[in-house]
Amino acid sequence: MKLTLRVWRQRNAEEPGAMATYEVDGISADMSFLEMLDTLNEELTLAGDEPVAFDHDCREGICGACSLVINGDAHGPERTTTCQLHMRSFADGDTIDIEPWRASAFPVIKDLVVDRSSFDRIIQSGGYISAATGTAPDAHATPVPKPDADFAFEHAECIGCGACVAACPNGSAMLFTSAKVNHLNVLPQGAPERETRVLDMVAQMDDEGFGGCTLTGECATACPKGIPLPSIAAMNREWLRATRKVRR
Amino acid sequence: MPDYTQYRTGEPAVDTKAPAGPVADRWDTRRFQAKLVNPANRRKHTVIVVGTGLAGGAAGATLAEQGYHVVQFCFQDSPRRAHSVAAQGGINAAKNYRNDGDSIHRLFYDTVKGGDFRARESNVHRLAQISVEIIDQCVAQGVPFAREYGGLLDNRSFGGVQVSRTFYARGQTGQQLLLGAYQALSRQIAAGGVELHARTEMLDLIVVDGKARGIVARDLVTGKIDSYFADAVVLATGGYGNVFYLSTNAMNSNATAVWRAHRRGAYFANPCFTQIHPTCIPRTGDHQSKLTLMSESLRNDGRIWVPRAKGDDRPANQIPEDERDYYLERLYPAFGNLVPRDIASRAAKNVCDEGRGVGPGGQGVYLDFAEAIGRMGRKAVEAKYGNLFDMYQRITDEDPYTVPMRIYPAVHYTMGGLWVDYDLQTTIPGLFAIGEANFSDHGANRLGASALMQGLADGYFVLPATINDYLARNPHTGTVDAQHPAVAETVAETEDRINLLLSVDGDRTPDSFHREIGELMWEYCGMARTEDGLRTALARIPEIREEFWRRIKVPGTGEQFNQSLEKANRIVDYLELAELMCLDALHRAESCGGHFRAESQTPDGEAERRDEEFSYAAAWEFTATGAAPVLHKEDLVFEYVHPTQRSYA
Amino acid sequence: MTRTLWDSTVGKKTIMAVSGLIMLGYLVAHMAGNLKIFFGPGEFDGYAHWLRTMGEPILHYEWALWIVRVGLVAAVVLHGVSAYQLSRRDIRARPAKYVHRKPRASYATRTMRWGGIILALFIVWHVLDLTTGTVHTGFEAGHPYRNVIDTFSTWYGNAIYITAVLAMGLHVQHGFWSAAQTLGVGNATRDRILKTLANLLAAVLTLGFISVPVAVMTGVVS
Repeated sequence: MKLTLRVWRQRNAEEPGAMATYEVDGISADMSFLEMLDTLNEELTLAGDEPVAFDHDCREGICGACSLVINGDAHGPERTTTCQLHMRSFADGDTIDIEPWRASAFPVIKDLVVDRSSFDRIIQSGGYISAATGTAPDAHATPVPKPDADFAFEHAECIGCGACVAACPNGSAMLFTSAKVNHLNVLPQGAPERETRVLDMVAQMDDEGFGGCTLTGECATACPKGIPLPSIAAMNREWLRATRKVRR
Repeated sequence: MPDYTQYRTGEPAVDTKAPAGPVADRWDTRRFQAKLVNPANRRKHTVIVVGTGLAGGAAGATLAEQGYHVVQFCFQDSPRRAHSVAAQGGINAAKNYRNDGDSIHRLFYDTVKGGDFRARESNVHRLAQISVEIIDQCVAQGVPFAREYGGLLDNRSFGGVQVSRTFYARGQTGQQLLLGAYQALSRQIAAGGVELHARTEMLDLIVVDGKARGIVARDLVTGKIDSYFADAVVLATGGYGNVFYLSTNAMNSNATAVWRAHRRGAYFANPCFTQIHPTCIPRTGDHQSKLTLMSESLRNDGRIWVPRAKGDDRPANQIPEDERDYYLERLYPAFGNLVPRDIASRAAKNVCDEGRGVGPGGQGVYLDFAEAIGRMGRKAVEAKYGNLFDMYQRITDEDPYTVPMRIYPAVHYTMGGLWVDYDLQTTIPGLFAIGEANFSDHGANRLGASALMQGLADGYFVLPATINDYLARNPHTGTVDAQHPAVAETVAETEDRINLLLSVDGDRTPDSFHREIGELMWEYCGMARTEDGLRTALARIPEIREEFWRRIKVPGTGEQFNQSLEKANRIVDYLELAELMCLDALHRAESCGGHFRAESQTPDGEAERRDEEFSYAAAWEFTATGAAPVLHKEDLVFEYVHPTQRSYA
Repeated sequence: MTRTLWDSTVGKKTIMAVSGLIMLGYLVAHMAGNLKIFFGPGEFDGYAHWLRTMGEPILHYEWALWIVRVGLVAAVVLHGVSAYQLSRRDIRARPAKYVHRKPRASYATRTMRWGGIILALFIVWHVLDLTTGTVHTGFEAGHPYRNVIDTFSTWYGNAIYITAVLAMGLHVQHGFWSAAQTLGVGNATRDRILKTLANLLAAVLTLGFISVPVAVMTGVVS
């Protein structure tokens, strides 16, 4: 296939960026999207240009590093991560727009690479269960009803890629935050910190400059791991419950 | 030019920390012997931990919980992305929740045998003991393991064993365990116990007066090269499978930290012990940048076969039952499709070499679920393997529910690594290596679901206990700062290397060199190795290295985010490590586990170990680039599990 | 570090949800009252008069109505101020737009902000038109039936009203469901029920309100 790529190029956080146009040829339908970009980068390197910077690592859809907005969609047209998107989803002669995640809480570092450390700080504010190594009782001491275990797992699948924020017109991190709150709050192990967890994580999320939720549903549509939209309602429920309880 | 293969054998490597006595008591004995650091004094000690995977994340969190000041590094943008995240199948533990005859001793036995008698009994037994605590720890952290309707944990069986001792979280066990460690680490970051440097890559080790005292690292965003100091350094930087270019490792997983430590004096043990995983998705073309693993758990229900006849290119579904060869079931009736990875991989290579492989280039075998779907129903198969099937379909555009999957072996894990003693300390005092970065517990072959177990055992339990002893016995010996000559020299060497890479301005990309060395290694130091092949590779590697320094092209500057520079710098180390791997493979003229020397096989084509000559771990000491290293043999003693020719028939 | 409702985005959304639901409840009652116009001037004007005497004799004349009015104004202000502050925050959180733009979300969802502004302006107009009569030439206090007929006999009266009602319908459609999510009522199984309820409410309110000008225009009510 032959493709026209329009790619966001930005030297660093300070300098302004712009879209640049490149042609690539000889693209196979079996290539992953990132392998297509590898091809472009090989050509750019040989031509003495700087290759396009983009985050990627496992290329198996699990590490959450890859983060491209492709033709206006976070992770592109399929419901998966960019690394698992294949060129068979495009047609010969297509023009493809490639942009970085856009949100003020995700500043651009270079080209298509953004800084997502705000997500780490949300987890640091309460996205854990305090269980120092060595303190654990036997794993079977506390049975967890299967529906709760499944609910926890469904939310624990979040890979922290940030597609939810990128897709949200408000740059909101509600889906990300709710995934972790719901994962931990439904488990008996997470109960002792249930209230502080949700209050602190929501407060940190606000402090990072993410927008509020207007329930557009874009986040859940973009999520490569299928974290469902009602996850947000469940977190709101936890937050209101915690607010009532802590007041008392 | 001195001949690299003319290595010298030096003093034996001796593990001075391993306690004597009954194997089951050794860990207790060692923990009692080890000196402790007064809790009030711990915060005065700084420990550098490089890497945030299962081993590093667990170690950083636990050391900080104990009160140490931890400075931790990862090259990823977040600790949550370390490649442990990609482990699919599960984690072993001798809980015997299934009451199927499992025990610590059986897990110990299986691991020593599975490693083809090239692992240390003491270490493996400790691993089996700790496995039980790991599950408790992870459950307490909220890791959502699969559960049964009664609310208790579910187990499954995994390749190479006959009990169900594998705990799992659908096909994302590594992710869930890593997030547990990441969250524990995050708690310590918030509490101030851990100072995290993300997007910062270790480029060298600082050794002062013979002790590890810090690292040199590059901030990948600004390009700034800085030195960081500590009382001990822990490398949890994973394996070196990316030497092969195509592997199941993440794109940025690399060997720089361990290789630089090796160059500074840490012995490198058993570098030729690499694991080729049998169930990966075959490559589709030259553009391929990495290979994707399909969890080994698929072999619990999938049946592996190829056509009986050579060159049978009918679609799989049109090949009648009696014209199929379920070769694993035929060759190994007791274990069938569940034989250990090395055996399954080699068997796949053999049938493909016979011309019976399927798919593009004949590089593949079928993994067929038709029978399982008939037996359990599509729903049950979907519940068990749905996410793996989806992944397969996304990559290959084929529906595994109706067409058998195609799989082929790929480089997956490296059993070799930095040589460590029972305390996980390398031959450089104060430098520890944990997880896949050490040569550790798996001998010549790792059993499925054991990597996660080892990473977490090292990180949560072993290192935090043993590092105390070092810190207690080595109180602060003068401050080290950037002005110290040893530090200034290490920083200068790093800067020179970076500047040299940028200044060559040749005509070949970093990837082109990486691909070249990778293909060479896969050809000659891959699934089957011969003396001739290894000598060919050993002749070729210095040439590639020379060409690299003449023709490499790295655009941009060092003072910026520069992914080409990162790559090129990692390849520098691959080009040296590859040489040592080939030499190790050449010197070990036996077949064992993942290391198959064609010259050493039984009449029916099985790997033949030669215990009388090779029952040792080969620990190599670096001398100079391209110069023959020194071999230090650590004799392996088997008091409990007596070496036999492995049989899975 | 507990924050007040007002300091948190989730808290502010809660305030919006509760104030929105209060206004929604009022709209349902208001719409039902409007339909009395189909029973003639006597009943309609009588109903309007009752609104002033309700709560008597415990409450003084018009007190109940003023309590409702104060409550409503508070709801409108809280809803509006929260919406303004949250919107400011949302826009700041996503300063750069994508070059490749795509229509997103549902129309109702995308028009919440403009719809809200239209409704706010309409409320002012509506009060000046039919409560105080300030902008209504020929307004007669105490004769709501006549005033309504009068308003809907002008093209602009109809145009403004119908536009606002349509905006209200869209606003309610997303707003009701959204409020349910914000208050944590939503979950995967309840989602369809909530969406259906939101659509139903939006449809009933829209039709109910629009029926009056349509009836006046077509002469069913005169």
